Amino acid sequence: MSSSYLSIEQVSIEFPTPKGPFKALDEVDLRIDKGEFISLIGHSGCGKSTVLNIVAGLYEATSGGVILDGKEVSEPGPERSVVFQNHSLLPWLTCYENVKLAVDTVFTKTMNRRERHDWIMHNLDLVHMTHAARKRPSEISGGMKQRIGIARALSMKPKVLLMDEPFGALDALTRSHLQDSLMEIQADLNNTVIMITHDVDEAVLLSDRIVMMTNGPEATVGEILNIELPRPRHRLALADDPTYNHYRAQVLSFLHERHSKPEAA
Amino acid sequence: MSTRIINFFESTGLSWLAPFVKLITGDNRGQQLNIIFKSLGIPLVAFALFLFFWDLSASRVNTSLGTLPGPTQVMEQAQGLVVEHNAEKEKEEAFYERQEKRNAAKLAKNPEAKVKWRNYNGRATYVDQIWTSLYTVFTGFLLASFIAIPIGIVCGLNQTVYSALDPLIQIFKPVSPLAWLPIVTMVVSAVYVSDDPMFAKSFVTSAITVTLCCLWPTLINTAVGVGSIDKDLINVSLVLRLSWFQKLTKVVLPSSIPMIFTGLRLSLGVGWMVLIAAEMLAQNPGLGKFVWDEFQNGSSNSLGRIMVAVLTIGFIGFILDRLMLTLQRRVSWDKSAILK
Ligand SMILES: Nc1ncnc2c1ncn2[C@@H]1O[C@H](COP(=O)(O)OP(=O)(O)O)[C@@H](O)[C@H]1O
Ligand SMILES: [Mg+2]
Repeated sequence: MSSSYLSIEQVSIEFPTPKGPFKALDEVDLRIDKGEFISLIGHSGCGKSTVLNIVAGLYEATSGGVILDGKEVSEPGPERSVVFQNHSLLPWLTCYENVKLAVDTVFTKTMNRRERHDWIMHNLDLVHMTHAARKRPSEISGGMKQRIGIARALSMKPKVLLMDEPFGALDALTRSHLQDSLMEIQADLNNTVIMITHDVDEAVLLSDRIVMMTNGPEATVGEILNIELPRPRHRLALADDPTYNHYRAQVLSFLHERHSKPEAA
Repeated sequence: MSTRIINFFESTGLSWLAPFVKLITGDNRGQQLNIIFKSLGIPLVAFALFLFFWDLSASRVNTSLGTLPGPTQVMEQAQGLVVEHNAEKEKEEAFYERQEKRNAAKLAKNPEAKVKWRNYNGRATYVDQIWTSLYTVFTGFLLASFIAIPIGIVCGLNQTVYSALDPLIQIFKPVSPLAWLPIVTMVVSAVYVSDDPMFAKSFVTSAITVTLCCLWPTLINTAVGVGSIDKDLINVSLVLRLSWFQKLTKVVLPSSIPMIFTGLRLSLGVGWMVLIAAEMLAQNPGLGKFVWDEFQNGSSNSLGRIMVAVLTIGFIGFILDRLMLTLQRRVSWDKSAILK
């Protein structure tokens, strides 16, 4: 059918509710190339998480489907690792052990103990968190927890990394640090990423393409914006870059003029 | 060293001892004395007041067995019970010594001779009764935990099972042990028949009654704990494709451990209360039977001895609770939760 690495094909989903079926998504269609960084943006409640959960295999589409690297997605799995908004680290394990749980389950057969240890440390190092290896999630800040969450997701060597508002709960300064870290990692590993965000600057700064979703119910892909800014990107330099501001304005106008949230007006 | 001692006291709920350690090691004496006064002085004053009013009012209540015993009489009775216990133990030792000698002499005369080894059949002393009670309550409690935790986990994981069992749980939970006891007694007599029983029937009856009342707090708390696991954590286990067993041991159990222990602690408290009532009626040798026997006995010492038993029951209940609290703190990953 299609030659893209990840394709979301005519995905619709209906949730059964007491008041009858609720159609959250209607024919969402999207092709993503290997190594692409995609942002999903849209008003809250429009169905972004639902799209991500379908790609992750946590929800099953009512019609349509997702094909990753030639195989149809039917259940959750480590090749589509997820970074959840609320870090979702196991609170009784240390940071090291949290990553270890992932590495041990995914690479039981392919790596020996020594290699697994090195791989865990390597991933902690990627997110600059080796110093907190022995700490528990309750002993580190929100930003650090999110870093560990990213390390855990990366440690599974996913084919596609799914992030659901990974920095949404963080303060602005911590958020920009994490965005910089993520860009560094991305320059290194060139992962295929789908990230949900409601932060316009974040979307423009990080993405190769921004997918803007219409309001729900029956939400679908509204517009897709190619971000042709050269990498590496620097937030300071971009601040008064006309192209950057042009992209920003386009996303804002989509969200606030053409698809403003009715009840939020 | 001193920090380790302090940590130990705090984890066992004996944090009021910590200022003493600090006082001895000498950091900020004035402040420590102040803390000691607040944490220890005030409760002590309250306790002294309690003793005073007890003494005052007890002497005014006349019963057919004389006035109610005050603190002094109770103290005397407690000493009396200890003396009795020691005397009984001496008798027992003497008995075994005599038997040993007698048999040794017999064997020396004729190595083929058949010798008899008898067990000492003395009266159960107060201390023996305490041990029996503890043994019984733990048997019942452990049995209940082995049943309640797995069922609780299944209920927490599976909404259908939970809805199926919920009405049963809600109906049986409030049933008093006294209502169970006759049924348990009849069932035990009918089912537990053997020529050489390993346990006395009265023991089995009391332990099972304790079990029936211990089940519910653990079961309900386990189900709630397992049912309220963060959905994201379940999703993590799905993304990692953990097997059913791994999911149980790596995610479900650790995350519900604090709630399970809350349930266990409640259960042990309930079990201890139930046990005393059960022993009274089942005539299982233990503190409950002791109280009942003294009541039937009706000597001038009886009320004092019953008071000793009341205080012992309270004190042991308190120790058991502290024990569970310590354990709960040990295993709980949520160190920020205030456990009292
Ligand atoms: N499991 C579900 N059952 C029923 N309705 C759901 C479920 N998940 C999401 N929805 C509904 O689908 C819509 C989209 O939700 P979501 O994808 O979480 O939005 P977003 O992530 O964009 O804020 C919402 O109206 C939400 O109520
Ligand atoms: Mg969402």
